[in-house]
Amino acid sequence: MAATEKVHLDRTHSLHLLKQMIRIRRFEEKCGELYQQEKIRGFLHLYVGEEAVAVGIMQALQPDDAVVATYREHGHALMHGVSANTIMAEMYGKQEGCSRGRGGSMHLFDAATRFYGGNAIVGGGLPIALGLALADKMQGKSRVTVCFFGEGAVAEGEFHETLNLAALWQVPLLFVCENNLYAMGTALKLSESQTDIHLKAASYNLPSEAVDGMNVVDVEGAARHATAAIHSGGGPYFLECRTYRFRAHSMYDPQLYREKAEVEAWTEKCPIKRFDDWALAAGLIHDTDIVNLEAEVAVEVEAAISFAEAGTLEPVEQLLQHVGAELRI
Amino acid sequence: MGSFKMPSLGSDMEDGTLVEWLKKPGDQVHRGDIVAVVETEKGAIEIEIFEDGQLDKLIVAPGTKVPVGTVLATLVGGETPTIEEPKPEIAPQLAAEPVRPMPTEIMPTAGTRQRVSPAARRLAEQGNIDLATVRGSGPDGAIVVADLAIEAKPVSTKTLPDLEPMRRAIAAAMSRSKREIPHYYLSHSIDVEKAQNWINRYNMERESADRLLFAVLLIKASALALRDYPEFNGFHEEGNFAPSAAIHVGLAIAIRGGGLAAPAIHDSDKLGLPALMAKMRDLIGRVRRGGFRSSEISDPTVTISSLGERGVEALLPVIYPPQVAILGFGTPLPKPWSVNGRIETRSIMTASLAADHRVSDGHRGALLLKRIDELLNTPEALQ
Amino acid sequence: MTEISYRDAMGAAIREAMIADPRVFLMGEDVGHYGGCYAVSKGLLEEFGPERIRDTPLSESAFTGAGIGAALGGMRPIVELMTCNFSLLALDQIMNNAATLRHMSGGQFNVPLVIRMATGGGRQLAAQHSHSLEGWYAHIPGIRVLAPATVEDARGMLGKALDDPDPVLIFENALLYNQTAEIVEPVSVDIDHAAVRREANHVSLITYGGSLGKTMEAAGKLEKDGIEAEVIDLRVLRPLDEATILKSVAKTRRAVVIDEGWRSGGIAGEIIARIVEGAFWELDAPPARVCSAEVPIPYARHLELAALPSIERIVSAARAVMGR
Repeated sequence: MAATEKVHLDRTHSLHLLKQMIRIRRFEEKCGELYQQEKIRGFLHLYVGEEAVAVGIMQALQPDDAVVATYREHGHALMHGVSANTIMAEMYGKQEGCSRGRGGSMHLFDAATRFYGGNAIVGGGLPIALGLALADKMQGKSRVTVCFFGEGAVAEGEFHETLNLAALWQVPLLFVCENNLYAMGTALKLSESQTDIHLKAASYNLPSEAVDGMNVVDVEGAARHATAAIHSGGGPYFLECRTYRFRAHSMYDPQLYREKAEVEAWTEKCPIKRFDDWALAAGLIHDTDIVNLEAEVAVEVEAAISFAEAGTLEPVEQLLQHVGAELRI
Repeated sequence: MGSFKMPSLGSDMEDGTLVEWLKKPGDQVHRGDIVAVVETEKGAIEIEIFEDGQLDKLIVAPGTKVPVGTVLATLVGGETPTIEEPKPEIAPQLAAEPVRPMPTEIMPTAGTRQRVSPAARRLAEQGNIDLATVRGSGPDGAIVVADLAIEAKPVSTKTLPDLEPMRRAIAAAMSRSKREIPHYYLSHSIDVEKAQNWINRYNMERESADRLLFAVLLIKASALALRDYPEFNGFHEEGNFAPSAAIHVGLAIAIRGGGLAAPAIHDSDKLGLPALMAKMRDLIGRVRRGGFRSSEISDPTVTISSLGERGVEALLPVIYPPQVAILGFGTPLPKPWSVNGRIETRSIMTASLAADHRVSDGHRGALLLKRIDELLNTPEALQ
Repeated sequence: MTEISYRDAMGAAIREAMIADPRVFLMGEDVGHYGGCYAVSKGLLEEFGPERIRDTPLSESAFTGAGIGAALGGMRPIVELMTCNFSLLALDQIMNNAATLRHMSGGQFNVPLVIRMATGGGRQLAAQHSHSLEGWYAHIPGIRVLAPATVEDARGMLGKALDDPDPVLIFENALLYNQTAEIVEPVSVDIDHAAVRREANHVSLITYGGSLGKTMEAAGKLEKDGIEAEVIDLRVLRPLDEATILKSVAKTRRAVVIDEGWRSGGIAGEIIARIVEGAFWELDAPPARVCSAEVPIPYARHLELAALPSIERIVSAARAVMGR
């Protein structure tokens, strides 16, 4: 099943891209609000500002493709088909959540859509994605595994080990580095000798390129090109998506490590506003479309909250379940 | 009318200090606007509002620390967003997982014998209490110490030695020793594997009443060695040393509850091992009950302190004046040891000597320890 | 009845599994062209090819994680980690992913992965190749920890481990590879229970893996002294077969645990805690432990021997709990 390489930017697709980015934005904003009301607890990492990456990449995926993501993964889960309801219920700790309330915000999982987390050890998801892709290759399955990780993961040994093995074994794996310039509060320039991450990847002998992660169309185009290359048997592919998170690393973060002016400059590049402006100017969408999209998304988000609120708590007698196939003590 | 509250930014955030209002009463605010700055443990954080409306009253003044959830300001005229009432998806009833019981913290206990706590068992043995006559009040009817205290004869505290005078006596003797006696110390590692094996074999052939403790071998070997080194056996008084013809080893015995005494085993070098054992058992029993005679304390011509099985590796003892030497035996421990040029694990005991330099010199002390070593390596000859 | 070595038994188990199930493959450092660090997989590359006998670079974390991913993706990988000291480079994957994915996903995913590694000292390999870390792994819920101590277990445990839907770690004491025994094929072993290797009434000697041989010899020596020692081979360090341990101790009333791991915070302490919890009222003596000395394993032979549990130390501990 070869992916289509070209982005067809007609009205329908434009509306679709816009709606997906708004879905993530509004969902995340609501999560932030619910966190401050103590409905959601634990660590909460919002994807606000980075929406174009998940939305763009996912356009190139087939339903059977696998996704391995990080702890900032609500958007990826939404894009891969995990319902807003079960994601929200998960964050409420309810058993109707996509991980039965065992995972929380950082550990969204969904077998039906092949969404493999929700991995909160930086770099830890890469080897798993390698194995998923290896299994597909060994079983002759024409599927792609996409692995999202931040630029912080580049400093981990697992990044280098995995890139080497993926290229050596020529597995169908798309690496997507979401370079938002800060590993928590440490700037890329303070932690890497080579800040052009796609160059590091290229040294492992796999095709690698940098993309404007604030431009959903560019990301989609790059992803379609990459997945097509993978499907044609070209082994792994590496995309560095240059992006920025508008919000703090997690909720409890005064952002001492970056200047307000820098945040404002990037906010000007907001992927939603940029695409919005462009599509309006191009006459592909109209003002009323945006109002309608916002209303649709608001309904979805409110419904997710209702679903989560109405959810139930797993009986504590089941505490020891889901550790192994059998109950062991 | 709505309200704007001190947000919770983390489970570890309990309160925040309002630093600054960025809006004033009457200002229009929109969802997402930054309206205030709050100082937290981690630093100053800008706080957004999640409602549209007009700021009405600022309730909390800058500089005030308030708990999470406290209303900071009120809003009026909030435009309720016109959202179509969602039809909430009702979660499908999850198939109930078979509920398996959690393991309890209390493990099922194997076995069926009468339950007696180790402490109660020991006390019962000491007091000759028939446990069959005692009713237990512990877990699952176990007999515990408290049950014995009620049903068994109470142990009279009067039979225990009065420790205070003893403490004073020890303090006086040891202070005098350290003040007057120029101690020197020697130590020597002795392979006691052979001696222990010998005593184990000896004991295996006998009823428990006739078995020997390892300490008996130490006393015998020391007493025999002292015959050849008289300058360690006797008394130093008024500037003169008087060696003793008889060898009366004083055995340091700890007393329950504190203190110790070192009564004499008269003519230790002349007694056979069973007789030494009997003397020792008798002395230990009496010392622990407080039934020894004062003459037994003043008779020893030399003292031995043996740590037995449960002590530490070595000791540096203090001479009991007017004696002029004290021998210390640490707990034998398995150690790598060279035997005929090969390394083996052997049971090694550290023997030490503290002696009075006014009377003897280190060279002779070393020979004494070596002699004890030789004797312990021919245990059969000590009988 | 065939005489076979522990090494060949393990190799035969891998081969059998690969023939029976095309999803099974072996992955690790030097498993292919070299023939396996301990020659366990010698000849398998020629038979199954480089896809299924997969040599890896020195990237423990990545190939262990790849084993996890491949297991999630429908394969039945066997990952070989050469020695348990090296497994620490993959500890993130074992602990944070293999052991947790089922739980974090609310039971949606499981990781049918087998990880094999050599363990134990006694070969003068010093402080980075000699340790016994199986007790650490036994601390982790979500994985099964096996310690085959006999040729029969080496032959039979792997197949059972591959049938387990959850991760299984197999610790092979490297001193056992040359041990031979006659076994009857097909072997029938489980991976749930401890085995009573010697039945007796005076004292329970509880051990596993590389210490089983020493413990059996110690039991023989004790017999000459009139002490009848029961020997329990734990076989499975997680989940512990508590019932077999407690049954034995309730009978003998005395227990000595022999564990090549260090004493502080080790599995021997866990076993004694279970004994105290479950058989306190049956005990006639405080339980004892014979563990490795609290020192990184030294190179010099005499020091290494002094550091590891020895027959003499086992005998002396058993005698001590007997009051001899």
